[in-house]
Amino acid sequence: MSLLVDIEKSFRGFSLQMAFEAQDETLALLGASGCGKSMTLCCIAGIEKPDRGRIVLNGNVLFDAKDHINLTPQQRKVGLMFQNYALFPRMTVFENIRCGVQRNLPRPQQLRAVEQCLAAYGLTELAGRLPSQLSGGQQQRVALARIMISEPQLLMLDEPFSALDSHLRFRMEQETADTIRRYGKTVLLVTHDRDEVYRMADRVAIVENGHVLQLDSRSRVFSSPSTRAACALTGCKNISSLKVLDATHALALDWGIPLTLPLQKGTDGVGIRMHSIRWGEGENTLRCHVAQVTENPFSYTVMLRAADAPQGAAPIGWEVDKPFWESVRSQEVTVHLPSETLMQLKG
Amino acid sequence: MDLYPLWNSLRIAGISTAIIFFAGIAFAYYIAKAPRAVKGVLDVILTLPLVLPPTVVGYLLLRILGPRRPVGLFFLEHFGLRLTMNWWSAIFATSVVIFPLMYRTCRGAFESFDENLAAAGKTLGLSNTFIFWRIRMPGCRPGILAGTVLAFARALGEYGATSMISGYTPGRTATISTTVYQLWRINDDALAFRWVLVNIAISFVVLLSVNLIEKRERRR
Repeated sequence: MSLLVDIEKSFRGFSLQMAFEAQDETLALLGASGCGKSMTLCCIAGIEKPDRGRIVLNGNVLFDAKDHINLTPQQRKVGLMFQNYALFPRMTVFENIRCGVQRNLPRPQQLRAVEQCLAAYGLTELAGRLPSQLSGGQQQRVALARIMISEPQLLMLDEPFSALDSHLRFRMEQETADTIRRYGKTVLLVTHDRDEVYRMADRVAIVENGHVLQLDSRSRVFSSPSTRAACALTGCKNISSLKVLDATHALALDWGIPLTLPLQKGTDGVGIRMHSIRWGEGENTLRCHVAQVTENPFSYTVMLRAADAPQGAAPIGWEVDKPFWESVRSQEVTVHLPSETLMQLKG
Repeated sequence: MDLYPLWNSLRIAGISTAIIFFAGIAFAYYIAKAPRAVKGVLDVILTLPLVLPPTVVGYLLLRILGPRRPVGLFFLEHFGLRLTMNWWSAIFATSVVIFPLMYRTCRGAFESFDENLAAAGKTLGLSNTFIFWRIRMPGCRPGILAGTVLAFARALGEYGATSMISGYTPGRTATISTTVYQLWRINDDALAFRWVLVNIAISFVVLLSVNLIEKRERRR
């Protein structure tokens, strides 16, 4: 079973050109807000109409501009969970979920299906409440239950946890992951949160300005993002442009330091994660001044500037364990950047 | 005190509000979805009766419905029906005058409706009819109710166009507003004052109910 998307759409001076395929897996669309992720979901659901291209789900053509095929959202049988959950405000939890049930079933069967669904999602006691009387987590659970009872051929979640407090978010993420596992079909997850992506997705599509920049397995996207945008979206804070000198030497221009690494063709940027920087001497040793120290709950972020870097060079962020930094606490430190942790970037 | 004007005013206002309830909602729904240019033009035309003096509305209606004018003549010749100077002639006048009130408040309600709700309904496989009656209309209910009550109140107080198209015949076409004017004109101050009190009482109740509806809706 699979989803094929290849669409183009212009809107508000912005051009969307999305092309990707997904199997029975969770594919995350990771991108900054306004990059066209949500619009893509709306096009797949049939709420928005692309200008060109086609959308095929499990062999059924949902949309084809050339053949003038454009199924209604009702005919597409795809589930879309909106960022604000879009629960019907004047219907109870029971009535909301009943909206997802097949209308052609006999009434007693419909009601039984709703009862079972309420029980499965732990909502039985909330059946008579209105959405406004529920917590954010409960609202999300109702929205998911309402979609799952409609037996969609494709499940799409638009920023599913962004409206939740962080403590609720963790729990709802696990509940949702459970539902997805039992569902077993294609899931599209739209988000700008890299942690969510890492915990929930099998593959990741990096989206910027309405284009898929990179589509790869989760581990590859995080270990070797191909572009600066992808690198930043996976949470890397240290990114610099690179001036290549020869096959193994380059200058990190933003940081004002030389680097030694086995350079790939076309590389013009470099990134290193804050926790990849190592203490003491080694590959790419740097003697640094400490420019600033920020205390986090379980670590310190130490901003380093190379001692021999020119004026105005950008500092490099280093994340250090609390006990370790508390034992060091120095204005001058020596660290090194292992070449295998340096991510080579293009564009 | 002959209560005919009260009864006549209430039935004119009631019938015209019932007509405009459906017309206003229908126009508001389709114009809220219309392309921008069409929307701008239609909006001006449909809102015009709100800013025109009621006597101008009455004049225009007489030019169309009067016994020697095209539509009026047609009905007179084919059905022997005179469209003016009956108690129900006032319904034409009040309907035109209150239409913009209903249309405008409903359009505002439709435009502020969260379209995601309709989209969610569609992806769940709900029919467009179900979505309109069970999701969109309940969501817009406060605006629609407020529009209806305001339209009714305005219809009850309509004077200018009504007096031109229905005239004033005691016991036949008299409404509260035309009665007050006539009583004042013939110096029956005491009776005029009683009708004024009746009018104020009705308006008071209407406005009070608008506030109560709004308060109850906000609590939901």
